[in-house]
Amino acid sequence: MRQLGLSAAIREGIVQEMRADESVILLGEDVGKFGGAFHVTHDMLDEFGANRIWDTPISEAGFTGLGIGAALTGLRPIVEYQYLDFIFCAMDQVVNQAAKIRLMSGGRAKTPLVLRGPQGATGRGAQHSQSVEAYFMHTPGMKVVMPSTPFDAKGLIISAIRDDNPVLFVEHKLLYGAASPGGGKALSDSAIQAIGVDVPETPYAIPLGSADVKRQGSDVTIIATLLMLHRSLTVADQLAEQGISVEVIDPRSLVPLDVETIAASVAKTNHVVVVSEDTARAGVSAELVATINDHCFYDLEAPVQRVAAVDTPIPFGPAAERHVIPQVDDIRGAVLRALSD
Amino acid sequence: MTSTVEIRRDPVDCSGKDPAMLLRMFRKMLEAREFEEQLYYLFLTTAMPGTMHQAVGQEAVAVGVVSALNADDTITSTHRGHAHCVAKDVPLKEMMAEMFAKREGSCRGMGGSMHLTDFSKGMLGAFAIVGSGIPIATGAALSARVRGSGQVAVSFFGDGAVNEGVFHEALNMAALWKLPAIYIIENNQYALSMTVEESSAVPNLASRACAYGMPNRRVDGNDVVAVYDATREAVERARAGDGPTLIEALTYRIRGHARFEAAGYRPEKEVEAWKAADPIERLAAGMIAAGAATAVELNRVRAEAETVIEDAIEYAQSCSDVEAEDYLTYITAEN
Ligand SMILES: Cc1ncc(C[n+]2csc(CCOP(=O)(O)OP(=O)(O)O)c2C)c(N)n1
Ligand SMILES: [Mg+2]
Repeated sequence: MRQLGLSAAIREGIVQEMRADESVILLGEDVGKFGGAFHVTHDMLDEFGANRIWDTPISEAGFTGLGIGAALTGLRPIVEYQYLDFIFCAMDQVVNQAAKIRLMSGGRAKTPLVLRGPQGATGRGAQHSQSVEAYFMHTPGMKVVMPSTPFDAKGLIISAIRDDNPVLFVEHKLLYGAASPGGGKALSDSAIQAIGVDVPETPYAIPLGSADVKRQGSDVTIIATLLMLHRSLTVADQLAEQGISVEVIDPRSLVPLDVETIAASVAKTNHVVVVSEDTARAGVSAELVATINDHCFYDLEAPVQRVAAVDTPIPFGPAAERHVIPQVDDIRGAVLRALSD
Repeated sequence: MTSTVEIRRDPVDCSGKDPAMLLRMFRKMLEAREFEEQLYYLFLTTAMPGTMHQAVGQEAVAVGVVSALNADDTITSTHRGHAHCVAKDVPLKEMMAEMFAKREGSCRGMGGSMHLTDFSKGMLGAFAIVGSGIPIATGAALSARVRGSGQVAVSFFGDGAVNEGVFHEALNMAALWKLPAIYIIENNQYALSMTVEESSAVPNLASRACAYGMPNRRVDGNDVVAVYDATREAVERARAGDGPTLIEALTYRIRGHARFEAAGYRPEKEVEAWKAADPIERLAAGMIAAGAATAVELNRVRAEAETVIEDAIEYAQSCSDVEAEDYLTYITAEN
């Protein structure tokens, strides 16, 4: 077994799929010669050549459309956005085209397409910090995948590539564990755990829609993704010292969502906290609370607590960013509130 | 504002063209025309759900372009897409069934007029967000390159679509990478109420290709042979690896923008003048002049076109209605 960072794990999954399947191609800004702004695609151009690794102009709507057209005609394109904030330039292509083509064609078309890139607040200001997943979770026809560990990232990117639908694959900048060649060193976060967990070299697929219980517990369940998962694990460690047993669930994909694993945990702990880095209003946390109410209401002994970003564009300054984005203390406070009744 | 495009009424020059191809063009244009004329009546009777956009008067563009393609070449279409489908051999019965939201329709009743699709015919879909099919066709061209398939991809779109950003993004990439793509502007001189002069700073839309160093042509879009010839040249260039072409086909939308839209923003005289430049009649006159067909033969084709559309309507009406829950099957693909 071996240690691998999250970006290296994603890279390995992509490379192995590209070796196994000639129809997998990659498009995006600076993905070839430069190796990707966050280094996920480094050296791929050397191995696969310009016919499979396309260094595109800065044309997000355009190259997303190219990915769709290529997907409709037999390829399995992976489209990289340098920052996921920029996928909004391609909103029409993703929401109106990619997500809808299958239904509009009465099931005759398939669009095997991976849309991937980094997100998350890392001191870059309002337009390079957003968490975008809720927009696409809201879009029927899309799948939304959220890898939080290197092991998950490799298995999930392989499943995403093999999936016959458009899949948004959300990476978190702070989890890459790598410096950004363009933007200086990525901020470190002392709460990030388990980044270097063992990743088997042989290809493996983690089915979309299978949550992972990252930590077993009996008193309260935290549901969280990406960076928030790691902060939640820190909270679980802290509370264990106080004799509180926290179960931490990583859904790993928001669409499809593994409701069964969540419901089983709620039936056991009867207390739930949902944590998400995106903004609260109509966000991931709102959807998770609604889902838990739909499926687990009678198992709950207290209202579900939710921890999410403040409803604001993300401010630049480190102090303000910390205030807006959920921190370890915020999550711990929510757990204690959930248990206080 | 009145359009300033020259209106030509002369017979199409058919010299040197294969009579069988000309006859096929004539038939396809008639089928597209008859399909849409009958739709109009069906909408009047309220037998038909939804809406539709007629390309009456523009048929020579769809048919001229597609006649220069191979069966496995791909196209993308628009909200005004029936003629593209007819030209690309999408079965008329399935098209008509789709219009009635029947299970036997081209898209199983899930797409309707604005989203007709038939992958088996290289028809990648009609995209009703203006301009959005342009990068998708470009992606099909990129895919053809990656797979080494030798296919060419064509995108049809209107004069209004050139003002969407994706037009420029896609043309730049196609020219940059010399992709086997062909862009067809169906310049029917109006984007709903807006004339080209009212919406484009430079009304010669083909000239936009110059910014990308892309070969470009303006052709008489009511002359099916001229459209065919221009497309042939573009296809040869694309298959030879020499990259994309932008063709601006000048034509006219005889009907309103959609269904019952009255098009009161156009001078009556302008519409009448363009009616007299009907692309089907110009081809008929040209074929007779060149000795490629007799009036009797052409009349037989006219009658046959009416019959196939009648049959298509009859078939469509006998098909099964989409059940409320059919759509559940189509949201995502099962691997
Ligand atoms: C992005 C977008 N904006 C507006 C519309 C509404 N709309 C539909 S067709 C149309 C006019 C399009 O004109 P043109 O591209 O010239 O095509 P034509 O209708 O003449 O065939 C408009 C404004 C739309 N469907 N999509
Ligand atoms: Mg127009």
